[in-house]
Amino acid sequence: MGWKSRDTRDFGIGLAYLAPSLILFAAFVFVPLAQSIYLSFFNTRATGVATTFAGLDHYLELLTSPAFRTGLLATTLFAVYTVPIGIALGLVLAVMLNQRLRGINVFRTMMSSTIAISAAVGALIWLLLLNPSLGLLNYILSLVGIPGPDWLIQPTTAIIAVSMTTIWLTLGTNIIVLLAGLQSVPEEIYEAARLDGARGLRMFRSITMPMVSPSLFFLLVVDTISVLQAFTQIHLLTRGGPVDSTRVLVYSIYQDAFQNFQFGYASAQAVILLLLVMALTLIQFRFVERRVHYQ
Amino acid sequence: MSIRTVLSYALLAVGSIVVAFPLLMALSYSLMSESQIATFPPPIVPVRPTLNNYADVLDTIPIGRYLLNSFVVSTAVVIGQLITASLAAYAFSFLVFRGRQILFFVFLSTLMIPWEATIIPNYMTIRTIGWLDTYQGLAVPFMATAFGTFLLRQAFLQIPRELWDAARIDGASSLRFFISTVIPLSRPILGTVAIYGFLSTYNQYFWPLLVTNQTLMRTTQVGIAQLRFEETLRFGLVMAGVVMVAVPTLALLVLGQRQLVRGLTAGAVKG
Repeated sequence: MGWKSRDTRDFGIGLAYLAPSLILFAAFVFVPLAQSIYLSFFNTRATGVATTFAGLDHYLELLTSPAFRTGLLATTLFAVYTVPIGIALGLVLAVMLNQRLRGINVFRTMMSSTIAISAAVGALIWLLLLNPSLGLLNYILSLVGIPGPDWLIQPTTAIIAVSMTTIWLTLGTNIIVLLAGLQSVPEEIYEAARLDGARGLRMFRSITMPMVSPSLFFLLVVDTISVLQAFTQIHLLTRGGPVDSTRVLVYSIYQDAFQNFQFGYASAQAVILLLLVMALTLIQFRFVERRVHYQ
Repeated sequence: MSIRTVLSYALLAVGSIVVAFPLLMALSYSLMSESQIATFPPPIVPVRPTLNNYADVLDTIPIGRYLLNSFVVSTAVVIGQLITASLAAYAFSFLVFRGRQILFFVFLSTLMIPWEATIIPNYMTIRTIGWLDTYQGLAVPFMATAFGTFLLRQAFLQIPRELWDAARIDGASSLRFFISTVIPLSRPILGTVAIYGFLSTYNQYFWPLLVTNQTLMRTTQVGIAQLRFEETLRFGLVMAGVVMVAVPTLALLVLGQRQLVRGLTAGAVKG
């Protein structure tokens, strides 16, 4: 089918409205994306200029590098510690907040307050909480007879400390999304289940959980992506240490690019980050599509 | 009140205090002297509340300038996003043209690309065009938003088509219909996009850390982080800085909670 002059005119008008966004996306998303992929196949000077073709060398180096393997392990541990616990806590609190009580909005605002808190602010507050001599966390633990570790000094606890901070930071979002999910469940469904004798845990398991499962799945993907992108709390709490135990993927990109000036090697890691996030997003899209179709 | 209700309130109160505890503690510690902070067991409330830490923050870092920088950059991003996203959303909802689907998919695809995966070339671009340590270097890369475009498109699709038909019969141009009808009818959702854009820009850390070197061009988040790397770590000082930086966002949360909730839940519930 050819284009009539009218088609061309309509296309021109449409494009004019889209142009401001498209130009910005081209300049700061699509072209840089191509450059990241390109750089990942090259060696660079310290200024970032590509010099010699490296082929798959950077990727092969990543495969064999113990530091990168440690980093992937840190990223995985970080996600495993943060995402399920964060969602579970969010669900418990959202169920508590999903009641018709006077003044419930005060509690809702307080519990979701962390959505407004930046990672930098959160990390600095937790730096104090986690401090072994001045912080309240170890004091509270000592009250129940647990000797608190020096959180940020030991490799095994540093990643837990970063995860606790992140759970707190994402709790607000998790609560809001899950509360909205709970509120979208029609009251009649609960009524009917109640007439059938469902109560308490049984009601939660057979009515609430299935009804909020889309929200749970959404958070599983979104929280995992945001964990993959986490940088600030690591920069302020541990700087990737001790002994690389919190050197997650994005922190590794930061250090290799902006401290070691190995832009090619860092770009290969950026491409891996891209692939991980794309895969997660596509899973999310597929899931949403299917839900809409078979509802 | 029944026992059940009392129990509910008690649980809610405990839960709220636990969740908000780090914030309340930051406020409390910002009002303590360094010597009280060092006492054991760790104190909860200040014995003699003092504003000294706040005065010390003002003496240590140019926090006023940081707040100004963050406000300028965040406001610029919000204005930019409102313009680019509403124009694009209008094309995707009211205008009919070939290639619309493909272009919509192009927008959609930007959601899959994490900013950190493109941060190296973006840094190089900003350095090459001489935008390090400038407001435009901090703001311009974030002035287009696919997420905002989708939110606005959803809202624009709710506007009755009859209005559009009537406007065309009256001979109104598409731009005039956009400005005089679509925008005024969409104020609430524009508010959502604005609050979202402001918060996420104001709270940025990685990008401002990379593209600012001069002290006076730093934003709040990078600026208070300096307090952590002072020679001696003084927690009273750090907490005062934290409170000063967090207050604007908490105020925004209280004022714009409804808009924020709408934004956050757009993707999750409807599916």
